[in-house]
Amino acid sequence: MSRLGSLGAKLHRGEVSFDFIGSRRRWYAFSGLLILVSAIALGTQGLHLGIEFKGGASFSVKKAGVSIAAAEKAVASTGVKTEVITQTVGTDKIMVQTGVITNLESEKIQDALAKEFNVNRDTIDTQVVGPSWGADITHKALYGLIGFLFVVVLFLSLAFEPKMAISAIIAVVHDLLITVGIYALVGFDVTPATVIGFLTILGYSLYDTVVVFDKVRENTRGLTGGSRMTYSQAANLAVNQTLIRSINTSVIALLPVASILFVGAGLLGAGTLKDLSLALFVGLATGTYSSIFVATPILASLHEREPAMQALARRVAAKGNGSNKANASDKANVSDTEVLATVSVGSVDRGVTKRNQPKRKSKKRR
Amino acid sequence: MASTKTPTSSRPGRSLLVLVLIFVALGATAAIQGATSVRLGLDLRGGTSVTLQPRSANGVAGKVTSASIDQAVSIIRQRVNSLGVAESEVTSTGTGTNRQIVISVPGDTGRRIVELVGQTAELRFRQVLVEGSAGVAATPTATPAPTASATPSPSAKKGKSAPHAAATASPTSSATPSASTTPTPTPATTSTLPPGVTPDLVAKYNALDCTQAINRQGGGGDDPNAPLVACDRTGSSKYILAKAEVLGSQVSGASAVLDQQGGGGWMVLLNFNGDGTRAFANVTSRVVSLSAPQNQVSIVLDGLVVSAPRIISAITAGSAQITGNFTQTDASDLANVLKYGALPLAFDRGEVQQVSATLGSDQLHAGLLAGGIGLFLVLLYSMLYYRGLGLVSVGSLAIAGSLTYLMTLVLGKTIGFTLTLAGIAGLIVSIGITADSFIVFFERLRDEVREGKSLRSAVETGWVRARHTIIVADAVSLIASVLLYFFAVGGVRGFAFTLGLTTLIDLLIVFTFTKPLVTILVRTKFYGGGHLLSGLSAKHLGMKIPVVRAAGTAQSSVQEA
Repeated sequence: MSRLGSLGAKLHRGEVSFDFIGSRRRWYAFSGLLILVSAIALGTQGLHLGIEFKGGASFSVKKAGVSIAAAEKAVASTGVKTEVITQTVGTDKIMVQTGVITNLESEKIQDALAKEFNVNRDTIDTQVVGPSWGADITHKALYGLIGFLFVVVLFLSLAFEPKMAISAIIAVVHDLLITVGIYALVGFDVTPATVIGFLTILGYSLYDTVVVFDKVRENTRGLTGGSRMTYSQAANLAVNQTLIRSINTSVIALLPVASILFVGAGLLGAGTLKDLSLALFVGLATGTYSSIFVATPILASLHEREPAMQALARRVAAKGNGSNKANASDKANVSDTEVLATVSVGSVDRGVTKRNQPKRKSKKRR
Repeated sequence: MASTKTPTSSRPGRSLLVLVLIFVALGATAAIQGATSVRLGLDLRGGTSVTLQPRSANGVAGKVTSASIDQAVSIIRQRVNSLGVAESEVTSTGTGTNRQIVISVPGDTGRRIVELVGQTAELRFRQVLVEGSAGVAATPTATPAPTASATPSPSAKKGKSAPHAAATASPTSSATPSASTTPTPTPATTSTLPPGVTPDLVAKYNALDCTQAINRQGGGGDDPNAPLVACDRTGSSKYILAKAEVLGSQVSGASAVLDQQGGGGWMVLLNFNGDGTRAFANVTSRVVSLSAPQNQVSIVLDGLVVSAPRIISAITAGSAQITGNFTQTDASDLANVLKYGALPLAFDRGEVQQVSATLGSDQLHAGLLAGGIGLFLVLLYSMLYYRGLGLVSVGSLAIAGSLTYLMTLVLGKTIGFTLTLAGIAGLIVSIGITADSFIVFFERLRDEVREGKSLRSAVETGWVRARHTIIVADAVSLIASVLLYFFAVGGVRGFAFTLGLTTLIDLLIVFTFTKPLVTILVRTKFYGGGHLLSGLSAKHLGMKIPVVRAAGTAQSSVQEA
């Protein structure tokens, strides 16, 4: 663990630096590919919607010795005309899903199942969803999503700056698209619990991005006044400095989610817990990826187009030969530590640190 | 350095005192309210929940307005309360006209609830124009007209093919035995149309197949001023009915009574108000002389014919009976529904969910187990990574946990907050978010130390920066949960609520517990001295030179590095 700690220290000082921003085209291409695959999967496969969205009914009977054949026979005996999907959950539970049926028909099926398996009717877990209900909740979720994105753009514009807000939102949309794509590709069921998961991902992804951006803002404050580093370099330093936190946060966020997934899938088979944690699990992974590889690079791209930042980049480039190596640090990894340490740590990073910490200067005077 | 106190240097004691006061206040509130256990949602303890979506319809059930939803909620609440099941709940969720009505009833009364609340209960009395057998029969078939009178008829009780119904002035009046069962031809042919029946209606009538359950769902919204083509409730016959002449709103009372003469069957006794009495007298006296089936007056509930008794004599006493093979439960439920009046709106049954008690407890246990494992893993990881500082996260999470518990107790009593499975999921997810606040703070603190600050000043300067990050990040979380709460329905709301609640608690804990605790701890030898296990040791931070309490030394060490 202390190895992670010492890596943290090196990352903080800039001795070790992963160049996330410099190789952004590579990440854009990678993300673009993922989104393309997601779009194709969504277009060709579509999402597996649960009965909550398309309407229908579901009945579960928990009893030792249940069989699919017996359940199907029971449903058929009611004469209710609907498509029926029957599956076993674990060894002692059977779940029957039907299309849209009336209340009366649902009662018939309940009675038939109760008779077939010789259980009390009230022990059959039942869910009947009307055909228009799914459309309703889908619309509401969409309104919620749009409202959320709008408010967050406003909030981040005020708390940070509009460009950060835009970058953060792009990262969030990126996460959502890829998560939905994975759902289409693998064919996981989409239920309201999944939607909860998706929406939480928004929060998580933004939360993660906010932490990185806060550091970017700190590192880039007063940047145009000097000629020490470009916006991209400062942003890259911020990503590196928050890398350990990002790793820790992701691990800590994933641990409870993994335990819900494990318990939900293992003990209950299917249901709210499994659906929710699966969406979170997939989304958290993309969320962490996007705040490092998508949000910050986009932010840097947006800023590098400003005249002031372009001028700064020219000044930095003009300032000594070191900049060649700094630019070449595209491939920087742990093994490049020595080079970077001699070239940039001494001048660039130290300088930034100093400028951002007036308190330290006052201490020096003492 | 020890002498320089930064102005931001907090008074940790005071912050901790605030937290203690909050705890005492919450604990006292919970104790006064007698809240001892968390209110669990139906998905965790078993029960039935029905979500109704208002739908605009013509007729009495008119436009969806906020007032009409409120009215519907109170009518449904009266109906549900008439069941006498403890802890049943009728609430509306959402805002303005964009609301759903959620009915939750614990235990296993599911089927009755669904029937009870789903009915609009629009009661109408319509003259029968044409009556026939239920199917789309092309050839005329004869069906027995329902026997109708107040006097008992032995043939009346058997079989659902003959809905036995009576509407008379009083159970004792009228002496005509109902011996005559007149076969009624069907389908109606255009050549012998009774007055008021248009070819249009006949076409509709002929097409209607009452043997299909889908056509017997009922539902309100039929226009009282227009004729109606309707099925019998049991699916045995179908009718063309004249426009409504007496409405449910003209009923002043309803009760379930045992039919003394009818051999023990249950029926519903209706009393009309003044208007109703006059209207009912008019229609009965007009049809009494007509030939079958036009001498029948149908009782239509939510677009389905409950019964269509033949009128033997004009009824002027202002009461009527509805009979029809009712059990006592059926009769009293129907009486209640009629007594409390029709709903001002029509509803779509959005979702009906019935959870058995076993599944409920399974889900509760699974949720708790997942939470326990998740918490344990998070604690384990922070102890391994942050060592001594990890203890601070453990403490903070413990405080956050107990605060959340107290809040759910108090909110359960004050605003009726119930913990659902989705809510538990929200709580588990929030473990991560809460723990992350500590991570942000700790990493900042360590960064400051790496830059050569003494631990004490690093706590203060690191806190100032971490604070900003934590506030912004938590604000985003809060925005997400508030919007989710207002836009979403059902389970999503429970999730959003707990997520929002725990985000607020997270902010409170970080400010009043975590930060003050760290401030106090760095004054101790173990933490302040950078002990190997404190999580603040030089080795742990990856520094080449050990951090020493004296600031000057640490400062110079960085200068050399």
